[in-house]
Amino acid sequence: MSGLTSNNASVMPDRLRGQLFRIIASWEFLLLGVAILIFLFNVQASPYFLDPWNLSDATYNFTEKAMIAFAMALVIISGEIDLSVASIIALVSTCMGFAVQLGFDTPMLIGVAIIVGAACGAFNGFLVAIMGLPSIVVTIGTLSLFRGIAYIVLGDQAYSGYPKSFAYFGQGYVWWVITVEMVLFTVVALLFFLLLHLTSFGRSVKAIGNNPTAALFAGIRVPRVKFILFVLTGIMSAIAAICLTSRLGSTRPSIAVGWELEIVTMVVLGGVNILGGSGTIFGVFIAALVMGMVTFGLGLLNVPGIVMSIFIGLLLITVIALPIIIQRTRQRVAS
Amino acid sequence: MRHTVSRDLLLAFILLALVGLVSLRFPEFASVKSLSSVFNDTSILIILALGQMAVILTRCIDLSMASNLALVGMCTAMLNASVPGIPIPLLIVLAMVLGALLGSINGLLVWKLDIPPIVVTLGTLTIFRGVIFLISDGQWVNAHEMNPAFKALPRFDILGLPILSWAAIISIACSYILLNRTPLGRSLYAVGGNPNAAVYTGIDVGRSRFNAFVLSGVLSGLAGYLWVSRYAVAYVDIAAGFELDVVAACVIGGISIAGGMGSVAGAVLGALFLGVIKNALPVVNISPFWQQAISGCAIIAAVIFNARSERRPGRIILKQAENV
Repeated sequence: MSGLTSNNASVMPDRLRGQLFRIIASWEFLLLGVAILIFLFNVQASPYFLDPWNLSDATYNFTEKAMIAFAMALVIISGEIDLSVASIIALVSTCMGFAVQLGFDTPMLIGVAIIVGAACGAFNGFLVAIMGLPSIVVTIGTLSLFRGIAYIVLGDQAYSGYPKSFAYFGQGYVWWVITVEMVLFTVVALLFFLLLHLTSFGRSVKAIGNNPTAALFAGIRVPRVKFILFVLTGIMSAIAAICLTSRLGSTRPSIAVGWELEIVTMVVLGGVNILGGSGTIFGVFIAALVMGMVTFGLGLLNVPGIVMSIFIGLLLITVIALPIIIQRTRQRVAS
Repeated sequence: MRHTVSRDLLLAFILLALVGLVSLRFPEFASVKSLSSVFNDTSILIILALGQMAVILTRCIDLSMASNLALVGMCTAMLNASVPGIPIPLLIVLAMVLGALLGSINGLLVWKLDIPPIVVTLGTLTIFRGVIFLISDGQWVNAHEMNPAFKALPRFDILGLPILSWAAIISIACSYILLNRTPLGRSLYAVGGNPNAAVYTGIDVGRSRFNAFVLSGVLSGLAGYLWVSRYAVAYVDIAAGFELDVVAACVIGGISIAGGMGSVAGAVLGALFLGVIKNALPVVNISPFWQQAISGCAIIAAVIFNARSERRPGRIILKQAENV
């Protein structure tokens, strides 16, 4: 008993730490440090890294994934998960390819994409939010279903022949080296930042993740919020599908396979609690940059992609284990 | 308990109906020879589903099983290629030990550091896969590099069944005894059913989860040898994406993702369901491209069905107690 009280007393700080300390000790700040280190390392390691055109090309390996990651962050903060995002990309891309065969032009293709993406998200949302089923297994099911439909339609074939104007999204530049996707990525990041941190909707997402029962008693319409989040994720997957299809210029059913796990990794690396309740858009933003730079930098050094994945995997486990280990040792030292 | 039995019976009935439906038009499909080849073809999925089940029972999930399989498979293939003298039984034991070691990495991170299992296994999924590349340098181990005994073992017939099938049958029997007749197995159910109550009965929740991960590692290791020797090739991407098939087999088999509920029979039937669909499609002349969508529908149907049967009145009281 006495051990317990003395323990408490020693943990109690002499004075409350200031705002500055809290910012420096925050996850996002730590991650930003990692990002800067990786950047400096890359600059040192390869003379080709700082070339603006190379850097601009390098953004393609995270912009599409990150756009989905922002929506996924909200889903995970609300205590759910969506593993079907990459399959939604496949289905949306297939539908766009089908629409091209019918003679649709670019604005109509965008419309088709958004509608299909939203419908996929609504299907997930219905099963998870309205019927109350566990999202992890539901979205493993829809992962198979959505990509399965793409396989039924396409088989071993591919769609191509997208209109010229459609290439703008994945291959166009707004100004100098600034790509259309970069601008989209930044705008999406800002919108999600506003949505999560400055609206009552964002507050309710966090409340649901912390305690769904309490959120319900506080008057939050939990099923409705979750449903909207899944539809939003579907729409973001559709936008990513537009960019990716436009960039590749063709659609195969195996498009974006395995992205769901990379996107979840990005979100968790960004400091979003996988159990729900907390997380920031800024963190996910930095995590996207970190993953993009690691992939690009190691690529310049001729390190194959699969070895980079070791690095990402280690990074994921280390960044989560480290704070826990530090906290444990601090407690041990204190007692 | 009675509840899961009735569910297993229903799934068995659906499975029989499926086989019956196919054999209406193609009687050959229901022959003993054809069915045993379906079983043989599904053996590896069954073995993995048993391991995944043990993990899911404790409210965890193991997404690294397929990567574990691939890494162990590559190691055994390379060992066989470089030191052909090692007897195959010893090699199998080594595969299982290596699998257990990889599984214990997951287990330790979950047990000692309390990291959510989905994060841990998401990380080890990519790490294991990357390590295969590092040790093999991206090269394939081809059939001619493996010695004949290595490749022949899974095909060797005993009592009319190949050893691959026997490996699945032995795994099923061992898992059944382990989960239903030993304190270790019962503790997995207890931990998943109600972790707080499990603590009060003297069960170490973290250690039980660790055990479950080691078990899934052992079975992944075994499956790793079987996979590589059966297909007589090892490369970086073998069984990529197979982890989700394994989870799907468990879900179809009625193993509750919320933990504590599920039976060995369920896991086996769930895997067989996917196996029968995979093997029946070419028989009834449907393009194999339909397979993924069909298994997706089966998973969703199973989730809806599981949720219905899990909503029992006794459950609610337990849930409230957990939230305190």
